[in-house]
Amino acid sequence: MAPRVAVVVFPGTNCEHDVIVSLSGLGAQAELVWHRERHLVGFDAVILPGGFAHGDYLRPGALARFSPVMAAVAEFAASGGPVVGICNGFQVLTEARLLPGALQKNRGLHFLCQPAVIEVVSSRSVLTRGIPVGTELNVPINHFDGSYVCDAQTLAELRAEDRIVLRYRENPNGSIDDIAGICNATGNVVGLMPHPERASSELLGSTDGLVLLRSLLAAEETEITTSAPSPPVPTW
Amino acid sequence: MHRALGLSDDELLRITTILGREPNHLELAMFAVMWSEHCSYKSSRIHLRRLPTQGPGVLVGPGENAGVVDAGDGIAVALRIESHNHPSAVEPHQGAATGVGGILRDVFTMGARPLALMDPLFFGDLDDPRQRWLFEGVVGGISSYANAVGVPTIGGELTFDRSYARNPLVNVLCLGALPVGRLVLAKAAGVGNLVILLGSATGRDGIGGVSVLASAGFAGAEPEPGSPIPGVGERSTATPAGGAGSDRPLGVSDDAKRPSVQVGDPFEEKRLIEACLELLDRGLVVAVQDLGGAGLTCAASETAARGGVGMDIDVAAVPRREPGMAPWEVMTSESQERMLAIVTPQDWPAVAAVCERWEVRAAIVGTVTAPVDADGAAEGVGRLRVLSSDHETVLADVPARALASDAPIYDRPRRPPADHERRAADDPADLPPGDCTADLLSLLADPSWVYRQYDHQLFLNTVAGPGEDAGLLRLAGPGLPPSRRGMAVTTDSAPRWCAIDPRVGTAWVLAEAIANLACVGATPAAVVNCLNFGNPEHPEVMWQFSEAVDGLAEACRAFGLAVVGGNVSFYNESGGVDIDPTPVIGLLGFVEQLARRPPGIRWEPGCSIVVLGGPRAHASTTATGVEDSVAYPLAGSRWAVELRGHRGGRLPALDASAHASLTRLVAALVAEIVAGSPSAVCGVHDVSAGGLGVALAEMAARSGVGCAVELAGGHAELFGELPSRIVVATRDPQGLFERAGALGVPAVGLGEAGGERFVVSGLCDVSCAELTDTWKGAIPRAVARVGARS
Repeated sequence: MAPRVAVVVFPGTNCEHDVIVSLSGLGAQAELVWHRERHLVGFDAVILPGGFAHGDYLRPGALARFSPVMAAVAEFAASGGPVVGICNGFQVLTEARLLPGALQKNRGLHFLCQPAVIEVVSSRSVLTRGIPVGTELNVPINHFDGSYVCDAQTLAELRAEDRIVLRYRENPNGSIDDIAGICNATGNVVGLMPHPERASSELLGSTDGLVLLRSLLAAEETEITTSAPSPPVPTW
Repeated sequence: MHRALGLSDDELLRITTILGREPNHLELAMFAVMWSEHCSYKSSRIHLRRLPTQGPGVLVGPGENAGVVDAGDGIAVALRIESHNHPSAVEPHQGAATGVGGILRDVFTMGARPLALMDPLFFGDLDDPRQRWLFEGVVGGISSYANAVGVPTIGGELTFDRSYARNPLVNVLCLGALPVGRLVLAKAAGVGNLVILLGSATGRDGIGGVSVLASAGFAGAEPEPGSPIPGVGERSTATPAGGAGSDRPLGVSDDAKRPSVQVGDPFEEKRLIEACLELLDRGLVVAVQDLGGAGLTCAASETAARGGVGMDIDVAAVPRREPGMAPWEVMTSESQERMLAIVTPQDWPAVAAVCERWEVRAAIVGTVTAPVDADGAAEGVGRLRVLSSDHETVLADVPARALASDAPIYDRPRRPPADHERRAADDPADLPPGDCTADLLSLLADPSWVYRQYDHQLFLNTVAGPGEDAGLLRLAGPGLPPSRRGMAVTTDSAPRWCAIDPRVGTAWVLAEAIANLACVGATPAAVVNCLNFGNPEHPEVMWQFSEAVDGLAEACRAFGLAVVGGNVSFYNESGGVDIDPTPVIGLLGFVEQLARRPPGIRWEPGCSIVVLGGPRAHASTTATGVEDSVAYPLAGSRWAVELRGHRGGRLPALDASAHASLTRLVAALVAEIVAGSPSAVCGVHDVSAGGLGVALAEMAARSGVGCAVELAGGHAELFGELPSRIVVATRDPQGLFERAGALGVPAVGLGEAGGERFVVSGLCDVSCAELTDTWKGAIPRAVARVGARS
């Protein structure tokens, strides 16, 4: 059975259709889930796509963390379910404290929509499982607030626990330690600024994003080894 | 009073005749905005009628909110171009942002999901700190609004010329797509239906925008850069149109006009788009119409006039964002992110539910009424009535048509500029060549500093994006039936050419647009235009305008294309000086099968560099120096105008049939690649601003590979901008010569790509690294100058 993926839509989210198209191309059954939903039942993974949730007012993700769906996302994550935040989704995950640190304005104070070469630094996350460390991927970025920051202790933990998932080859935005993506302690919650769905076709210039999305869908098939309780919903 | 609102004595007389009585204050305010130049096209209509508007595939022509073209596979494409010049001159960030918001609403009003934007921008020289403030503000405004609302900006144009120093131009094109069955026209119908206002509450922002800002020039007093926009509510004692006379250069400080600029909220717009598309998709609305220039007065009168019905508006029912607003303020406010919807009473609960879900405010503000005469006689016309809250008092009562389409039409005096003949006789052919390498380097500018700030990839459609000759998109989007076809779009202008000869120059602009589409493999389908001109009360400007319209009409007919929409922006002047005539052409085209990326502006080592098209004299390579200068005119070129300050000369007439052969050949070559066939072609780029030299340099800079070429026509061939030329880099030059020969298209081998130097024999010799660095660094270096943010 095709993996069933929830793609969460806040008012102001705008990459939801792109994520659905990319996942569908890989055989997944991806569905839009409105931010007022309180339950995520029967899903194998959850993606928070890019955009400007609630207009990014106050600061990116600051209002979205209060949307009803976020309690369900936290529960899904706590039960070991894979959760991936792309761009604005990453910002929402940090605001919701499902991931540490924060994303601040790019160095240079400009919005940046451009290609980026990223390197897989850890294979332990649900997004990079099975991808050899050192693999280079060409996946575009598209953000104003993409400069990852955290305190020294958090950075030390991220490094020590192998939780830095992706690094930029050429840091475009001033992120600390060239960080493009991180995961939580159990590896099932991942946030990244680059947009894998935008590197999903030769027609668009790169298929490297599919490497990540495939890994996410495959991670579904081999149950994640965590200390967390088993997912409340059966996988297929 | 009427003069303060921008109406002439004759216009007041006409209103009095239409009403059979003196208009009251509210009615006068409504006529003033609707009969402004911006809304009524009163100076341009008589000329615009000469444009061809019918053609195969045209589903909706000019006069609606957007033109609509059949794209095949059950999909229609909606297209519109507009200017937001004056708001951007006063407050660049919000001016440009609200320009984006406005054009998106025009497109989704037709039932189309907005899928792409393009922004042609014109500023003065970036040496001037004020220009840098305007440039960064406009780009930032487009970036912040378009990115957040979720519509990719896939291209545009960037022109720097002293002509725009006091009056920058900010045009924006939007393209959307819809299943053909969802096409709706903004036509009110059904007596008793409800008039619903969707979106933002109405405030005092933007009152009189169409008359104060858009329909008058600038006096020349420069607004203070960086000073804040007065917030909503600061104008508690606002007077109609700010007390400024419109339709003529203002005597007040232009700074005082800043409150006439609206403030945009892309988040509101995003929810409005989703709510309206869902309403249209589910058939819950009879029609929707955006509120743009002239606000509620325009939306109500236009939808009523189109439907041949009347409308009662309960002005007190309009949600407001500030207390104490007078009816005329509510009726003429240009607050952003608002839509009018016509809904049957039965559908209202479902409409309200959709709006609640998307968190969009929806309020019943009126009803559709039967057409009646003022005295109640049955046959009559639809009347737009504004009622008091108790519906007892009629505050305004005017025929909807009178507002929407009965504005006077002026045939304003025209005459060529006094120095026209003298300038034509003064050709830059005799100017000495100078240092061609230095000249070439100073003409290079990579626009990526601009487009990096725009999301240009959303919807996964952008196959060729900004920086390419034209945008090439998959014909796809949420809710559309599947298609393998692609759509291509480009915007083009050439004010330098049009300043020399508006008629021929405008024809050349259309020719260049067709060449741009050919470079991505597309065949043109429909034209939109944004005609930016100076003060129409200057006979020279009206002459330029009339000539440009004729040039466009002739070129459209020659290429078999129809104009499906347009916009006229007059009063682009400051201190009595008009801008150069700047018609901007937007051209939409299609490719049959989109399976691979077009080769783009590049080449590979070992490729032969061939130029297709151009003067036949050159093909024989026997031309003398004198003939060469005729063959490659420098008049209106960047080399002559920007580097030599020479604005004279003559443009040769466009050879439409030769141009059609050339562009058909190139479109076919690239279409084969795009469809997935193997090809020896590895790069394509048309010759336009900056001439062949800039075209070759861009190919070298973008691929990091040099070249060695020889030109027979000297510096005139290098910098002349004769448009019917396209550079092709190929591994099989012989095959290309044969194919071109069979179609009668001139083809000349110039040399070969490769090596680390960019060499044009006897003219230029520079390292590829220096060339690339100059090209990449031009704009970042210009904006990084001290004082960029004053």
